[in-house]
Amino acid sequence: MGFPDRIERVVEIAHPPARVWAALTTAEGLGTWFGNQATIDLRPGGSAEMTWTGGHTADMRIERVDEPTVFGFTWHIYGLPDDDPRRTYVEFTLEPVGAGTRLTVIESGFAQLPEDAYREAYDGNTRGWASELGELAGYLDAA
Amino acid sequence: MPPDIEAIAEQVFVALADPSRRAILAALASGGPATATDLAGRLPITRQAVAKHLALLAEAGLVTGEPGERRRVRYRLRSAPMQVAQQFLAALARDWDGPLDALRDHLSR
Repeated sequence: MGFPDRIERVVEIAHPPARVWAALTTAEGLGTWFGNQATIDLRPGGSAEMTWTGGHTADMRIERVDEPTVFGFTWHIYGLPDDDPRRTYVEFTLEPVGAGTRLTVIESGFAQLPEDAYREAYDGNTRGWASELGELAGYLDAA
Repeated sequence: MPPDIEAIAEQVFVALADPSRRAILAALASGGPATATDLAGRLPITRQAVAKHLALLAEAGLVTGEPGERRRVRYRLRSAPMQVAQQFLAALARDWDGPLDALRDHLSR
């Protein structure tokens, strides 16, 4: 098994692309099937937010809007601390198939690391590395 | 040579699988850099066992040795490999199957 840098899922949906598009790109849609509530400013560079009744929030930045074919956004990498700047890119692609839609979702970028983190992670020159002790302690508590 | 993220993650998981090694990492996290002798004094682990665990942790890149007083090596934490392992887990943990099922149900209503 290689490092899972991307996750890809394909589903067939018995509804035309226009309906699937609305479910993916409107506050009403996202706030119903994905989050419990959502806001969205549907344009490249716009922001979207989903919240769940448990208190969890997902902030997205819209990257691609090609109605009704491609919808892409970036968001925080799941599982990393909230202040970690790294993000994954999620892209939905809609293809008409008969009266329905083939929906592909690809989430990519899990393997990204900033250059300095690579250097620190992989070579012996480790002087000056600031240990993030709180993060480590949290991780050990969870392990 | 390209970095092998998966190998790093695997070493981290092996390192964390042992309760004595987790105790050593936690002691270094809370108390700062320490020698094998310091750690053996603080933990219910013999000095020989501490030295063995430290060698494995150093190989995984989770601790790094530096010269200390009286030519004893002091070990300090490095969290970079832990972050690599966290990203590995994040990729595995992201689950699209649930949301996509929910989308299908939503549209069928």
